Amino acid sequence: MSDLEYTYAVARIRSKEVSLFSAATIDQLMACKTHESCLQFLQEKGWGDTDTPMDAELILTREREKTWEVIRELVTDMSVFDVLDYPNAFHNLKAAIKEVCTEGTVPNIFYKDTKPSGEEILEAIRERDFSRLPSYMSEAAAEAFETLLHTRDGQLCDVIVDKAALDAIGAAGRSAKDEIIRNYAESTVAVADIKIAVRAQKTAKSLEFMKRAMAECDTLSVDALAHAALSGMDAIREYLNGTDYAEGAEALAESPSAFERWCDNMIIKTIRPQKYNSFSVGPVVAYALARENEIKTVRIILSGKLNGLSDDSIRERVREMYV
Amino acid sequence: MILQNLGIVYALLGAALAVFLAGSGSAIGVGIAGRAAAGVVTEDPSKFAKVLIMQLLPGTQGIYGLLVGFITLSKVGLLGGGAAELDVQTGLLILSACLPIAVAGLISAIAQGKTAAASIGIVAKKPEQFGKAMLFPAMVETYAILALLISILAVSAIQV
Repeated sequence: MSDLEYTYAVARIRSKEVSLFSAATIDQLMACKTHESCLQFLQEKGWGDTDTPMDAELILTREREKTWEVIRELVTDMSVFDVLDYPNAFHNLKAAIKEVCTEGTVPNIFYKDTKPSGEEILEAIRERDFSRLPSYMSEAAAEAFETLLHTRDGQLCDVIVDKAALDAIGAAGRSAKDEIIRNYAESTVAVADIKIAVRAQKTAKSLEFMKRAMAECDTLSVDALAHAALSGMDAIREYLNGTDYAEGAEALAESPSAFERWCDNMIIKTIRPQKYNSFSVGPVVAYALARENEIKTVRIILSGKLNGLSDDSIRERVREMYV
Repeated sequence: MILQNLGIVYALLGAALAVFLAGSGSAIGVGIAGRAAAGVVTEDPSKFAKVLIMQLLPGTQGIYGLLVGFITLSKVGLLGGGAAELDVQTGLLILSACLPIAVAGLISAIAQGKTAAASIGIVAKKPEQFGKAMLFPAMVETYAILALLISILAVSAIQV
């Protein structure tokens, strides 16, 4: 579709952006004393449907469904959104491999609406017919399955699948014609590599492990990052200071939750220029990501309130908003 | 014989281009802005009046083209029923006089349509900024008016 074909969609998204939560709305939600009053506030803001019970998970699930209902209505070629679906699809792959290897049946372990669906992946793994999976998934599925079956090493299985997910996102980004997808893929892979380096440093993993887990991207050198992680946290910060991710170094120095928040904020920063774009699929993709971010932030606040966390520690975890 | 009639053919071609190109530009421009307007009204029908005004802004080029077309037809006597006898040189002069509004009308209407669509985005998010939002597409209009002015002056100045 040409960029002008999205004019209607972008105008509708602009109208929808008005109801996205701003930082001020998040402050209002934070000011609610209890979990129940938070849910009440969300319902007043139109979250969930009139017949949705006062249950956090049901309300958040319904909001996610609403977002995708709108997007499916606006975009005829949904392949643009495939790259956003990869993390959930690969999660389903992990779940399916573990279910087959443990020979058990666990209900509700799959994300819905992925391509291929959790059930299709499970069927392919059960029958050892990996060719039925998409090309970006089949090789990693076979390797992860064999690894788990023979070594019973769940972490190694996860590493193989996560690396394949990052490679798939990176490849989709490099071949995408829409700038937002290219930028989103690059940020996602780079931030994931930084997270791996930080966690590997904390758990004293080997260079080989890190290189096995990290995916190539344009804005970071996997080799330099892995070597920095071997030398210590200061070396990671020093390396990041010389890249586009210098703010990540500051967040790392602050606290682990500040670093996690920075990782999510990076994605919002990547998509923020789309607020000023009137054509192309960019604003629609940005809206989808902004809604995911909004739902994630609300979930953090709700679970914080439910578990009696202090406002300061919840606030430390609250993500930047798109609007 | 053919050369003798070519003058009126060129003059008519000028009028046709003014109407056709400026009109096509307006149709495309109004179409682009209309899609954006429809998007906003789908979510918030109360903004209908504001976005309708925005949608109509790129429509003026078509009217300018029609005006120049009328003046040209009237000039060469085609409206009165008796076409003037034009030599090739005069015919080409009239054709050239029609080109500014034809070409600038086409391009400015498309550009104005895109700007109007972007301004409709402003109305969607901040309806109180309607006045400011109107100014951006209105700026594009300047160049269509300049072209209209030159086309009218030139067509009027040609002696038939």
